[in-house]
Order: sequence, then structure tokens, then C-alpha cells
Amino acid sequence: MSSKTQILDFIRGRYPQAEIDESQDIFALGFVNSLFAMELVMFVEKTFGVTIPNEELRIDNFRTADAMSALVARLTSDLAVA
Amino acid sequence: MTLTSTAPAPAGAAPVTGRSSARAFVDTHVVPYADAYDSSGRVPEDLLRRAAEAGLWDPLSMDMVTLGEVHEEVGRGCSSLRSLLTVHTMVSWTLRRWGTDAQRDRWSAPLAAGDALGAFCLSEPGAGSDAAGITTTATQTGDGWVIDGVKTWTTGGQRADVFLVFARTATSIGAFLVPRDTPGVTVTPIDDMLGTRASMLATITFDGVALGPDALLGPSGFTAGMVLTGTLDLGRYSVAAGSLGIVQACLEASAGYAARREVGGRPLAELPLIQAKLSDMVTDARAARLLVAEAGRLKDAGESATIMATWVAKYFASTAAARHASEAVQIHGASGCAPGSPVARFYRDAKVMEIIEGSNEVQRITIAGQAERETTR
Ligand SMILES: Cc1cc2nc3c(=O)[nH]c(=O)nc-3n(C[C@H](O)[C@H](O)[C@H](O)COP(=O)(O)OP(=O)(O)OC[C@H]3O[C@@H](n4cnc5c(N)ncnc54)[C@H](O)[C@@H]3O)c2cc1C
Repeated sequence: MSSKTQILDFIRGRYPQAEIDESQDIFALGFVNSLFAMELVMFVEKTFGVTIPNEELRIDNFRTADAMSALVARLTSDLAVA
Repeated sequence: MTLTSTAPAPAGAAPVTGRSSARAFVDTHVVPYADAYDSSGRVPEDLLRRAAEAGLWDPLSMDMVTLGEVHEEVGRGCSSLRSLLTVHTMVSWTLRRWGTDAQRDRWSAPLAAGDALGAFCLSEPGAGSDAAGITTTATQTGDGWVIDGVKTWTTGGQRADVFLVFARTATSIGAFLVPRDTPGVTVTPIDDMLGTRASMLATITFDGVALGPDALLGPSGFTAGMVLTGTLDLGRYSVAAGSLGIVQACLEASAGYAARREVGGRPLAELPLIQAKLSDMVTDARAARLLVAEAGRLKDAGESATIMATWVAKYFASTAAARHASEAVQIHGASGCAPGSPVARFYRDAKVMEIIEGSNEVQRITIAGQAERETTR
């Protein structure tokens, strides 16, 4: 399963009533609070085996499933290089 | 201040690495003196030192399941010491999770050794449950930050060396490390609380407190709120474990008393109404222990489900503590109301557990919110 699909599944699992796709801004939907933001970051770190550094914890990296999977790709390629 | 009446036994403290060593530490160095701490209104330096010898100020050396077990044992002995440990653990974890190398270089070693104690400053005179309502500000200047505002109910505030202060920035709520000796910081003790009376609460005033650029802990911007969420999650976990410790302490005290005390020529322990109380204590202690362990296991696995599991554990354990502490006093009759009665202390401490780290009401709102999200389609 692609990282994008896994991320979307996670968000849909937590908010089954929301209809979201990979390019939808989840912040614009209004349900992202700090609890969910924390869960999302934990999910991404756990699922993809990465640690998101402080400077990557920017809203633009988390707006959409597309942006999050791009972040994951960046962090995992860093791991491969390291 | 010298507290000869509360000075623990002279033996050095063995390292605490899990439940059984924690139990031994608490039985030797805490249980015999906890009521004296409660009436003197402070955990003495001597015990703080012994806790350092035992490694208790280095909570991150253990996994989370073990940390829960240790905090349960400490809570069984003395909720004031457990509260000091809770806020110190929150500061230590936040530093490890979010700190830069420079911040860790400065604080990790003294915090782990207990040479610096941490305290957690979120609540204000005008904002408790509603954390978004805080008015303390952190203003970014050319060369750092300036903090202005008043924090209150700060556990350990009278004694702590470094405060983890949550303040409003231009965009969000940020976390700042503020050494106690920074100019502009004033500490005013709050004595004579209802419960956790020895946890040395204070009101802390920040008046134009100038800090360097490295005072901000964690990201700024939208995710800054996550620092608070994570910090509170760990505090809640520790309070859940400590509340379970109160239930266990109530059970041990009540079972012992019920076996010794006779009414009408029979021990209390033979009376069905007393047995009912004891059986509920046993059952709730076991249930709370499972909930705390599950939250800890999810933390160790890095699973996001730990956050809700921790809410549930804390809600269950704190309400169980309040219920059973009340019953423990009931079982002890007048002796339970007497000066220096441990169950009287548990009763007062347990009430606090229903208020801190998310009050009962806030817990129910959060847990119900999750249930609603999960079932609405
Ligand atoms: C012993 C002790 C130690 C503490 N230590 C610390 C510390 O170290 N650091 C720190 O920052 N703070 C600390 N606190 C403060 C604690 O976090 C707050 O007391 C707590 O968050 C509740 O806030 P409040 O007291 O302002 O009550 P309020 O927020 O004013 O609430 C009053 C009552 O209203 C209820 N309520 C609030 N919102 C709702 C709602 N939406 N729906 C229904 N009911 C609601 C609450 O549950 C409560 O019963 C401590 C408190 C105590 C008693």
C-alpha cells in the first residue's frame, strides 16, 4: 500500500464522516485539533519508521495526504543516504 | 528548613528499576513518613536526595510500562512525591522529544540526576481546563523571547529549578524553558491545599522575563500545540498510575484494618457490607492496572492510540481512587478521620486526581467525542 493510501486510511478511520481525498486540505475541514495533529504525527513516525524533525513540523507538510507522503518520501530518502 | 520529625531512615537508596525495587524504596523511605510530609506541607530535601540516589528523577531510563508501575508504587506511598515526579517527568520527556542538541546538553544530565527539578506551568488564574484561554505571552525580540504573565497551581513551583512554561506566541502556543533564577521570575508559595499538600505548589509571575532564542522548545507554528498535547499525555499517564496507587493503598489499609478491628465481637472483615467495599477495591485496582499497562504498552510501541487509552485509564483510575478513598475512610470510622490518618490523606489526595491533568468533566467530553467520531458515518 502506498504511503498516501495508508495516511488517507488513517484519517478516514478517525473521521469516517469526512469525505477526503489526497489533495484535500484537512485543516480547511475544521476537525484538526492538537490531539489529532499529535496522533497524525505519531502515526506517520510509527508507520514509516521516521522521526520528523522540528523544522519539518510545518503546517504545509500536513495539509494534505499528498504533502504528508512527500514528507515521508523525503525523510525515508534521508535515511537511505545516512 | 529542618524537618527532623520527617527525616527518613539513614540507609542509602537502592536503584529503582521496576515495580519491586520501587515498592521496596517506597516502603522504606516514603510510607513511614508520608503523613509527616503531608502535615509539614513539603517533601523534605532528604527524600528528594534519596529519590535521586534511586534514579527516580531519570524516568526516561525506563520503558513506559515500567514507568507506570514505578509511578503507581510511588503514588501508593505519597501522592505529593508522585506529583513532583509527574511534572519532572513531563519536563524531561518534552526536552527529549522536542529539544535541540544544545537544550539537551544543558538540561538532560542535571534533570536526570535530580540536580535540577522541573515544573510544568500551564494553568493561570483565568485559565485551567480551557488551555486555549491562557494569556501569558512570549514575544519574539531581535535576540530571543520575552515572557510576561502569571502561572498558578504549579506543582513543585516552590522548589523547581526550571519551569516549562506555555505561552502565547504570535501564531500559536509555544513551550519555553525558563530557569528559576532568570531575572523577572517571582515564586509565591501556595500552602495548605486540600490534597497533595506536600507538593510545594506556587504561583509564578513572569515579568518581562528575557530569554535567549533557544528558550523555545519544539516547533513554532501549528504544531507547537502538539508539544502541549504530548506533555499533558504523559502527565495524565503518570496521574493515572498514581491514582491506581491510591486505590491500592486504600485496599491495603482497609483490608488490614478490617481484619484487626472488631465490632460486636466479630472482625469487620466478616461483615458483608465491608466485604463488598473491599471486593470493589480489588476489582477496580486490577482493572485500572490493566488500563494503565495498556496505555503504557501503546506508548512503548509509538501507537497514536495511546492518547485515548491514557484518557480512559486516567478517567477510570482517578474516579476509582476518589470512590475508594471515601470508602476507606468509611471502613476506618473515626480513626479514618483522625489527624495523621493515611486514609484521610488518600481521601484528600484522591479528590485532586479528579481535577488535574484534565478534570473528570473534560475527560468525559474527550472520551465521548472519540466515541461519537468513531460511530458516526
Ligand atoms: C493540587 C493541584 C496541582 C496542580 N498542579 C498543576 C501544575 O503543576 N501545573 C499546572 O499548569 N496546573 C496545575 N494544576 C491546575 C490544574 O491543571 C487545573 O486545576 C485544572 O486544569 C482545572 O482547571 P481549573 O482549576 O481552572 O478549573 P476550571 O477550568 O475553572 O473548571 C471548573 C470546573 O468546571 C468544569 N468544566 C470546565 N470546562 C468544562 C466543560 N467544557 N464542560 C463541563 N464542565 C467543565 C471543570 O471540570 C471543573 O469541575 C494543579 C491543580 C491542583 C489542584
